[in-house]
Amino acid sequence: MIRFQDLKRISPYEWEIPKSFRNDMRVPVRIFATQKLLEQVMDDKSLEQAVNSTTLPGLVGAVVVMPDMHQGYGFPIGGVAATEYPHGVISPGGIGYDINCGVRLLASSIELGAAEPYIDTLATLLNKYCPSGVGTEGVVRVNIPELDKVLREGSRWALKNGYGTETDLARTEEGGCLEGANPDKVSQRAKQRGRDQIGSLGAGNHFVEVDVIEQIFDPAIAEVMGLKEGCLAVQIHCGSRGLGHQVCTDYVQELQNAVRRYGIQLPDRELVCAPMDTPEGQAYLGAMRAAANFAFCNRQLLAHSARRAFEETFADKMKGWELVQVYDIAHNIGKIETHEIDGKRVKVCVHRKGATRAFGPGAPGLPPEYQKTGQPVLVPGSMGTASWVLVGTKTSMERSWGSTCHGAGRVMSRSKAKREIRGDQLRMQLEQSGIKVHAGSMSGLAEEAPQAYKDVDAVVETVAAAGIARKVARLRPMAVIKG
Amino acid sequence: MESAGFEELAHTADWAIRVWAMHLADLFAECARGMNALMGAQLAEGPRVSRIFEAEGLDLESLLVAFLSELVYCAEHEHAGFDHFNTQTHKRGNAQALFVEMEGAPLASVNKTIKAVTYHGLKIRQTARGYEVEIVFDV
Repeated sequence: MIRFQDLKRISPYEWEIPKSFRNDMRVPVRIFATQKLLEQVMDDKSLEQAVNSTTLPGLVGAVVVMPDMHQGYGFPIGGVAATEYPHGVISPGGIGYDINCGVRLLASSIELGAAEPYIDTLATLLNKYCPSGVGTEGVVRVNIPELDKVLREGSRWALKNGYGTETDLARTEEGGCLEGANPDKVSQRAKQRGRDQIGSLGAGNHFVEVDVIEQIFDPAIAEVMGLKEGCLAVQIHCGSRGLGHQVCTDYVQELQNAVRRYGIQLPDRELVCAPMDTPEGQAYLGAMRAAANFAFCNRQLLAHSARRAFEETFADKMKGWELVQVYDIAHNIGKIETHEIDGKRVKVCVHRKGATRAFGPGAPGLPPEYQKTGQPVLVPGSMGTASWVLVGTKTSMERSWGSTCHGAGRVMSRSKAKREIRGDQLRMQLEQSGIKVHAGSMSGLAEEAPQAYKDVDAVVETVAAAGIARKVARLRPMAVIKG
Repeated sequence: MESAGFEELAHTADWAIRVWAMHLADLFAECARGMNALMGAQLAEGPRVSRIFEAEGLDLESLLVAFLSELVYCAEHEHAGFDHFNTQTHKRGNAQALFVEMEGAPLASVNKTIKAVTYHGLKIRQTARGYEVEIVFDV
């Protein structure tokens, strides 16, 4: 059990659990949080899981934890860890079941005043065109050979089939496609789960949300991103659906044997792993990339559906209704990246589980328009509260593996939320505060109540104060569609 | 004292249940019933379906994950749920093996999808109630 006095305070926003805390730790834990946010997690297992994560072979630097941390399995949610490539391990638990769960943001020039009479219609159309909820199918159904193309090509498949633009791909992390995806390493079961789900939201905490850009903090960067104060934007939050869940399930099972084969001792079975230069490690890497590409394609199709809803609502009423992509980020993923460690450039596998890449100005892989600004970072708040657009910084490259927070982070269990909050009353409260809600399940809505989450403003203030992201804009919700 | 049962546990981001049963075979069946309850799975009236499930694994916990994962797949992809189980476990060399005859029906409705069954804190142990385990589901 970790107590507050076990933490070493580096600054009001940065803390450390030293390597000496437990004798199986290979690296320290670096935590970005205020004291208040840390106190909120002392009762759950986030910090213990962060310490457990430091036992993975091949780790370099520190395991980093973000201020929106909460208990996960294996890694805490909000955790980032880097293992040296190729001999270090890759761990499905460091990436998550929902591989490439992420967020896409599209912006418009539609002013709220002109749009307000039509928000209800827009929400209804988004609900119609963006399938959500338990058991829903996607907007396209593909056979297995075609699905294999999706797994190899990601958003490029969507573009080839008329579901997007070149700008969409350029403004997606990795261009919407991780190279090295291997559909042969994705089980038939995973493919069966995913083949009918392309272009669907799913349920849980996934959503499509219409926002208004409420406040701009960096006008120059906001202009580059196409964010206009008082105008509408759309967020899409979802991942790799059943395909990704099955890939992680398959490999967590598969790697139970691998850790014994390679003599790896772990304090938690959800941390199972394999060295990246082994057949098992390569298999998971190939399958994970394939699942990530599925998710990129999924969000691309949902963006296409969102554009359809906007066109039907606004095209005959006003100019400038088109949605232009700001960016698309992943917050559950493993990437091979090059980072500087003790003055040397080192190739590592960065595991981000509930954490977002936040590359600073001049970083590789950013489109030309973001080379000077740094990468957009999209941080959705809980339902009914603000969301944020941030930008990556050079400090994040130095202190946090080019990463920052991903959202608000939960503080209340789902069972408690269901007991204490009534979904129908919550919906009424949200509607009374001007937020249209389409939800497939009232108990699901209750589980996602704002009071079940941390204060996203406090999370963002922390990463901004720590220098691992900068504020660009704050968004206020107008309509939420969820399963 | 109930011979078998389950209760929901608090978990910050996902769902968790504690399950108990006098006999190991019944523990597996009760875990499935607990998972069905969390999902709000309702089976349709009408013709029943039967299925055999077999698995081999390192230990009982990996068999449990494999079994419940099978039920997750059946629910999501085949829209089928199961509520009667005849379960046997036995050793096979250095591994453990599981054989389940299960009976159920098409799903009439499900309130909430389970994405995956996790190994988080998963340890089948013997207690005064026979056998107990806590399972966390990713939702």
